Amino acid sequence: MKYIEKLGGATLGGVESIGRIVLFFISGVTRIFVRPFQADKIIDHTWFIGVKSLFVIILTGTFTGMVLGLQGYYSLVKFGSEAALGSAVSLTIIRELGPVLSAIMITARAGSAMAAEIGVMRISEQIDALKTMQIDPIRFLFSPRIMAALISFPLLTAIFDVVGIFGGYLTGSLLLGTNPAIYMDKVIQSVKMVDIAGGFLKSFVFAIVVTTICCYRGYYTHLSTGGGYGAKGVSMATTNSVVQSCVFILIVDYIITYFLV
Amino acid sequence: MTLPLIQFVDIKKNFGANQVLKGVNLSIYKGDIMVVIGKSGTGKSVLLKHIIGLVHQDSGQLLIDGKPLHTLPKKERLFFKRELSYMFQENALFDFLNVFENIALPLTETSRDTRSIIEEKVTTRMVQLGLGPIGKKFPSQLSGGMRKRVALARALVTDPKVVLFDEPTTGLDPVRKKKVHTMIKEYQEQFGFTAVIVSHDIPQIFDLAQHIALLDEGKIIFEGTKDDILHSRSDTVNAFIRGDEQLCPTDT
Repeated sequence: MKYIEKLGGATLGGVESIGRIVLFFISGVTRIFVRPFQADKIIDHTWFIGVKSLFVIILTGTFTGMVLGLQGYYSLVKFGSEAALGSAVSLTIIRELGPVLSAIMITARAGSAMAAEIGVMRISEQIDALKTMQIDPIRFLFSPRIMAALISFPLLTAIFDVVGIFGGYLTGSLLLGTNPAIYMDKVIQSVKMVDIAGGFLKSFVFAIVVTTICCYRGYYTHLSTGGGYGAKGVSMATTNSVVQSCVFILIVDYIITYFLV
Repeated sequence: MTLPLIQFVDIKKNFGANQVLKGVNLSIYKGDIMVVIGKSGTGKSVLLKHIIGLVHQDSGQLLIDGKPLHTLPKKERLFFKRELSYMFQENALFDFLNVFENIALPLTETSRDTRSIIEEKVTTRMVQLGLGPIGKKFPSQLSGGMRKRVALARALVTDPKVVLFDEPTTGLDPVRKKKVHTMIKEYQEQFGFTAVIVSHDIPQIFDLAQHIALLDEGKIIFEGTKDDILHSRSDTVNAFIRGDEQLCPTDT
């Protein structure tokens, strides 16, 4: 009987949590359009999420492309199809690895910071202070961040795609000797607009998933199980936000891919 | 007879199984300085948070000018809340904003004032509170006393009609405590706001108070003036203001 009670409690808790996160998301998105527009905050957060993640995106994009070039070459050469390396690298990156790895890297760099910053604001009563000043905390904290993420994620994904294809070119053509003109020709021939649009669609959805989870976890730090209302609560919220964001990126990726292919 | 500006009528509040307020009755009059004293953990901050709307009662009524707050039309309720200001125990300053931006925040986010008017209002408050040259510093670069003053400046920048102070002198040395008390008294006289102060600074805070309420075991067990409390015949009241551990035991 106790197990059934526990299961029931956990299920109800889960449903409640899903309801709260959906309401949090809807509140945040609708408040983006409430005047006065928070252009300065959106620019600040775009700088933080976008520009400051540029280095890590370029680095991971380049090495991902290089590894794909290396692996792809040795796999394709067995069938005498090394000329298809450009297609393999570009499609893998644009359709799949670009959006997914960019989102995971941004989660690690910016998502964790969002959760920690908002979590600290919660435990130090700064969110309560906003309420006492009649400032809507969700509009003030979440809305500019989600708008900035919607701008930054697709742009960073595009950069990841370009440097990833270049990374494949570095190993495939410059290191292993595939004809550079063929590599580039295959990239141009095989990549269609629908592939690029699919990648961007994923990055938009990932922006929503990551920002909502990370800001929600920070905002409700005090409700995190086992964490409590202190430094441990913030650390739990930050860890949970990163883990849950990464898991949901992969689940959502599968769902979108299922409908796109 | 004058109606109280804020009146607690049999307010009860539970947090889970813990009943913090067990039927609080308290009247706060316009232009008054009401000091709420009591042991730590008896719900003094919870009492203040009811006024500002951060906590809502489980039962009982909070009356504003004689009308229950929850029955007021939304517009009137918002109007009342805009006239309130709250100074937090730990200041609750925003780490990512500098001193000037912290003080200006309630104006930049909620008023329609132009940038130049906001600058003028903030600068005036900063000068009045002796914060002149630190506008570009961040809260982490300031001393505890300075942070208190920044928090006070932020609380006063909107010209509120009611200011709620949650232990405004926690962590300050006796000299700075005295300064903060003098500052509150001076500004209250200058601007005429109603002040509700939660404090442990006994007996110094009595010099500031026009009315004093003692919260004990979730109820107001004493309400009166400085003279009333100093001449009270209640053992509990006397034990508390003397800090008598035998007659006024604490949990720890």
